[in-house]
Amino acid sequence: MFPKGTKRKFSDGEEIPDENPADIKVMSSYNLQRQSLLDMSLIKLQLCHMLVEPNLCRSVLIANTVRQIQEEMTQDGSWTIMAEALNSNQSPSDRLVATEILCRPSPKDQDEEKPFSDISYEGCDSVSCHSEEVVDDSLCEPSSEAPTYLPSSIGTWDKEDQKENSEEESEEDSKPEEQVFGTFEIKNPTATPDPALDELFSDVDTSYYDLDTMLTGMQSSPKMGPYDLLDSLSSHSPSSISSNSGCRPDLNELDHIMEIIVGS
Amino acid sequence: MGEDIDTRKINHSFLRDHNYVTEADIISTVEFNQTGELLATGDKGGRVVIFQREPESKNEPHCQGEYNVYSTFQSHEPEFDYLKSLEIEEKINKIRWLPQHNAAHFLLSTNDKTIKLWKVSERDKRPEGYNLKDEEGRLKGLSTVTSLQVPVLMPVDLMVEVSPRRIFANAHTYHVNSISVNSDCETYMSADDLRINLWHLGITDRSFNIVDIKPANMEELTEVITAAEFHPDHCNLFVYSSSKGTLRLCDMRASALCDQHSKLFEEPEDPSNRSFFSEIISSISDVKFSHSGRYLLTRDYLTANVWDLNMENKPIETYQVHDYLRSKLCSLYENDCIFDKFECAWNGTDSVIMTGAYNNFFRMFDRNTKRDVTLEASRESSKPRAVLKPRRVCTGGKRRKDDISVDSLDFTKKILHTAWHPAENIIAIAATNNLYIFQDKVNSEMH
Repeated sequence: MFPKGTKRKFSDGEEIPDENPADIKVMSSYNLQRQSLLDMSLIKLQLCHMLVEPNLCRSVLIANTVRQIQEEMTQDGSWTIMAEALNSNQSPSDRLVATEILCRPSPKDQDEEKPFSDISYEGCDSVSCHSEEVVDDSLCEPSSEAPTYLPSSIGTWDKEDQKENSEEESEEDSKPEEQVFGTFEIKNPTATPDPALDELFSDVDTSYYDLDTMLTGMQSSPKMGPYDLLDSLSSHSPSSISSNSGCRPDLNELDHIMEIIVGS
Repeated sequence: MGEDIDTRKINHSFLRDHNYVTEADIISTVEFNQTGELLATGDKGGRVVIFQREPESKNEPHCQGEYNVYSTFQSHEPEFDYLKSLEIEEKINKIRWLPQHNAAHFLLSTNDKTIKLWKVSERDKRPEGYNLKDEEGRLKGLSTVTSLQVPVLMPVDLMVEVSPRRIFANAHTYHVNSISVNSDCETYMSADDLRINLWHLGITDRSFNIVDIKPANMEELTEVITAAEFHPDHCNLFVYSSSKGTLRLCDMRASALCDQHSKLFEEPEDPSNRSFFSEIISSISDVKFSHSGRYLLTRDYLTANVWDLNMENKPIETYQVHDYLRSKLCSLYENDCIFDKFECAWNGTDSVIMTGAYNNFFRMFDRNTKRDVTLEASRESSKPRAVLKPRRVCTGGKRRKDDISVDSLDFTKKILHTAWHPAENIIAIAATNNLYIFQDKVNSEMH
């Protein structure tokens, strides 16, 4: 079990076998960049303007990028590694909390119409909720499930087409509070009385995310929405790809694990 | 190419306060009418400003052909969709002029959801000398009328009246990105992210859906419509572009719903240039038929392409607009600039194409000579009647004086909207909240 929040060291020279040290470094860098890109894309999809409908073209392009990254990660096996790592390295209580907060009961229950009710704020929150949940689920499940992913942000557009689905509305009326509450929990981790959740966040070492000198490029302040959690996890900033990673602390753990696996 | 500028007059009349930019003043569309006499601009605040070209006078040859404000009106207001609890922006996405048939001018303006037809007419005469009304308009007593007179038309100060004639609403679930008037002058189309509707200019309560790419399951959505235009001569043909970099030519004679394209224009991807951003930068932001109707001009993030309608597998010409950004794509993705939608334009003879870039630069490419130029639209770098100086972006290597390095480009200063006069070498450039009009006095005839 890897202790939470321990600063990861990026490939100590001595530990790498001699055959392909350069290759592994390059690959790690690529994986890191790819992971950052994935995180950045997920954040972009989550952030939505509460007042105006998000740009559908932009959402579709970002979603396609995420899908592409995911497919590549599935092909080179990193996706299943991530999934397994998540499974094996989280204590049951942590998982339970995360699932409760982030996930809807079951992704399979959801039709196209279901998550996307007519209540706008709910629509936005369902975006963040849904995409996080799908990430969670896709990480848990084997990679074949993974491709059905994402466009909950696109799904919010579908509201107008479901005027006829009045029966769904009563269900969804009961959900919003839960979901809104759910996302607010993510935003304000300190507010929750849940000890497991506190434990999950309290030991995150933000110094891990300090710039790695190997990566070069621009560092710019990312546009962030009102997500306190992401602030508390601090910036994960390879300089050319500046992003606040750690949509969820689980992904940080996975990065850690991936680095170990890829680096060794 | 040497260019004279008469921008001062326009800038001062159009600009509100050049110390700060109010969001509402950001110009969102620019369009000349078919003769070039009128130039319409739409802004983020829902206003339309029409400029008119002054007729050339022999007395002051320097003032010939300047554009002055002709009319200003509020086209769209912000709305609130109560069902979705979302605001509908009043920003004018597109303006298209109708061909002129009588003394009045007509234009279509659209925001995200509603298209409006406006009539712009002049009143410069007033009838005077009524028999039954006095000068204040009060009815005269019949007993006071002793003789009859024929009312005469007396000149008055010119008044430009703008009135909405049609409102085409409630036909689009998604955001309208394009409108295009058909060459039949009776119909027009409006395109949103997933659907294209065909309207009759006289009928507002119904429209025909001619393209629908919405998947049954929205989670399978991977492609959206980004622009659409009718062929300039063939009223049955239109083209639409997608976020995946494809162009589809459709023939309305083939079927009522043109989901099946007649031609598909797509350039195969270059495997050596492939990255996670390949798809995003291939997304076509604008498509324009040439005046001849033979060619198509498209703009994606880094290039402008000319396609021959007879060749579908690749463009006949590719122009690099700002290839130096290729190594910066990740940063541009992060700050969302990679999603900027640049427009493109043909000159009147289809020999030169123009498009905007960052740092208030815009580029022109001469298709015949293969020469290109980068120019800047800014008050600092241009004085009235001065010739625009070509600019250069250096990418490392040898740096000349006045070169701008890639890292010092201002990505907030983007030229998304440009327009070219249909007959002369006059261009209109929208730089955030400023409108620049450049004229080529030396070569006013087009080649």
